Amino acid sequence: MGPMPARTLAQKLWDSHVVTTGDAGDEPDLLYVDLHLIHEVTSPQAFEGLRIAGRHVRRPDLTVATMDHNVPTRGGMRAADELSRKQMEVLAENCEREGIPLHQIGSRRQGIVHIIGPELGLTQPGMVIVCGDSHTSTHGAFGALAFGIGTSEVELVLATQCLPQRRLGDLAVNVEGDLPIGVTAKDIALGLIGRAGTSGGVGHLVEYRGSTVRGLTMEARMTLCNMSIEWGAKAGMVAPDDTTFKYMEKRPHAPRGSAWEAALDHWRSLPTDADANFDHEIELDAAQLSPFVTWGTNPGQVVPITGRVPNPRSDTDERALRYMDLKAGTAMADIAIDRVFIGSCTNARIEDLRAAARIIHGRHVHPKVRALVVPGSTTVKRAAEDEGLDLVFKAAGFEWRNAGCSMCLGMNPDILAPGERCASTSNRNFEGRQGAGGRTHLVSPPMAAAAAITGHLVDVRELV
Amino acid sequence: MAPLDRADVDTDQIIPKQFLKRIERTGYGPFLFYDWRQQPDFVLNRPEHGGAAVLVAGANFGCGSSREHAPWAIRDAGFRAVIAPSFGDIFRANSFKTGILAVSLPQSQVRHLIDLASEDPTAVIEIDLEAQQVRGEGFAYRFEIDPFVRECLLKGLDEIGLVEHHATAIADYESRRQEWLPAVK
Repeated sequence: MGPMPARTLAQKLWDSHVVTTGDAGDEPDLLYVDLHLIHEVTSPQAFEGLRIAGRHVRRPDLTVATMDHNVPTRGGMRAADELSRKQMEVLAENCEREGIPLHQIGSRRQGIVHIIGPELGLTQPGMVIVCGDSHTSTHGAFGALAFGIGTSEVELVLATQCLPQRRLGDLAVNVEGDLPIGVTAKDIALGLIGRAGTSGGVGHLVEYRGSTVRGLTMEARMTLCNMSIEWGAKAGMVAPDDTTFKYMEKRPHAPRGSAWEAALDHWRSLPTDADANFDHEIELDAAQLSPFVTWGTNPGQVVPITGRVPNPRSDTDERALRYMDLKAGTAMADIAIDRVFIGSCTNARIEDLRAAARIIHGRHVHPKVRALVVPGSTTVKRAAEDEGLDLVFKAAGFEWRNAGCSMCLGMNPDILAPGERCASTSNRNFEGRQGAGGRTHLVSPPMAAAAAITGHLVDVRELV
Repeated sequence: MAPLDRADVDTDQIIPKQFLKRIERTGYGPFLFYDWRQQPDFVLNRPEHGGAAVLVAGANFGCGSSREHAPWAIRDAGFRAVIAPSFGDIFRANSFKTGILAVSLPQSQVRHLIDLASEDPTAVIEIDLEAQQVRGEGFAYRFEIDPFVRECLLKGLDEIGLVEHHATAIADYESRRQEWLPAVK
């Protein structure tokens, strides 16, 4: 046997999870799933399918459920509408019957599925993680292969703990240099999508690399990986390092004692080998990045806050300008807003709330703006309250809510009215995403905080 | 054929979130493109495209969320295939599970089909999965498809059943997993 060929992080993750190799190209590889996260919206039909076929959940111990998509964020635990209540009841029944641990509404660890996994130490380097939600790429921040699946695939994983998958291309995003003041991981993601386009990552597993990425905290790496799907990538990941291990240590489900040492040895073997090759590479210079804001109806329609609404270059651009009620040439900083949403699996971790609170401290929300903070999990909410962040937000005029997906997708009552314009820390500015006729501008948490105070989109660097 | 001459059609447009609260796999047809259908001149509201079985659309169709409700709505509205230059990965995988054929053709061929459907709504095309061809009067376009997906669609195979055939290999893999990996009892 010769020496092992050099491999990327993604290839190592893939290779270590192959249960059976596809024969001569006809059958795909069969991958083993270490952790299957489920929630109330994309799982009921999967459980129904199992029941009809007389199947059961193979590994309830590797399956974890939470309620997040349509939970109310105020006014007690009862969902506002009958259908939402029914979905949550059905999830609780399914988990009960199959022995799946559930973090239900009102419990201490409930929260957005992509926030609680890392928080509980369930998300670890070297794992394959799936969930019926496209932002599952978030967990890639730990050096895991994590991706979103549909409901039929949820059913397949519940039944077999495996998933047939074709190998994909390897794409490196190399970000080098120090981030300028006021520029966050969200801005790296938005700047990247603006350059690569909304389908630039399709068919690829992305590894975020370079000195800038190495310097990011785990929470910032999660924000970056979270947005991978917004440029079409199957998954996004960052190699595990001491920052990762420090975050992991002593989390409830992290290994302990000698198991921790054994795990560390394995995790340290995961980063991409020095002479491994990627199919494509994208270079980003951190110094060239600025706070970004979207002007259109997909995340690739984005400019620096110092820029202007661009001239349309396609039918898609023209449609977006009409929907957003914007004219080409308008300075982004002249766009008045009605609402601010700080929340979502992209930007509702404790560091995000701290970053927003730093801008807000001692200031007040503009009288024409209604602003909302929705912590990503009950744990984040508690931590923020322990630090007094809730008081900062409330004193400034923000509404301080309970954990959930909330206005990121508006499945609960937190929605925009038609025509309302929102500076949002979420991940999608699609038409109607935050409410039919609503207009979304994607920004980082400090940028959202700054917009709440001034009443218009604004360069946060003017407020620091 | 119904032409939807737009790029980056995301799953929030295909089926808005307020219709994701059902716990069934069916009944989504009336909500397909719900917001766009509120506009009287939206292409799918035109009577000449009623009953179309093939939707032809722009690049990156089905980008966005993992909701399988998107292909369920397309199926329930009577469509059996979507043709576009490219698709969101999760949407494409979900389509095949739903029995909707997501066919990728080069931009120029999709343009031809969109023009054809717009000019002559009665134009008939045939999608031959066996031969991997989209055919119509005077043209035959070859398309590529994952051979495993093609086999499953042609034979109506149950994918869970196929994976269950590997039960021994799965159990064997499980016996080799690292002991520190998290499990929740």
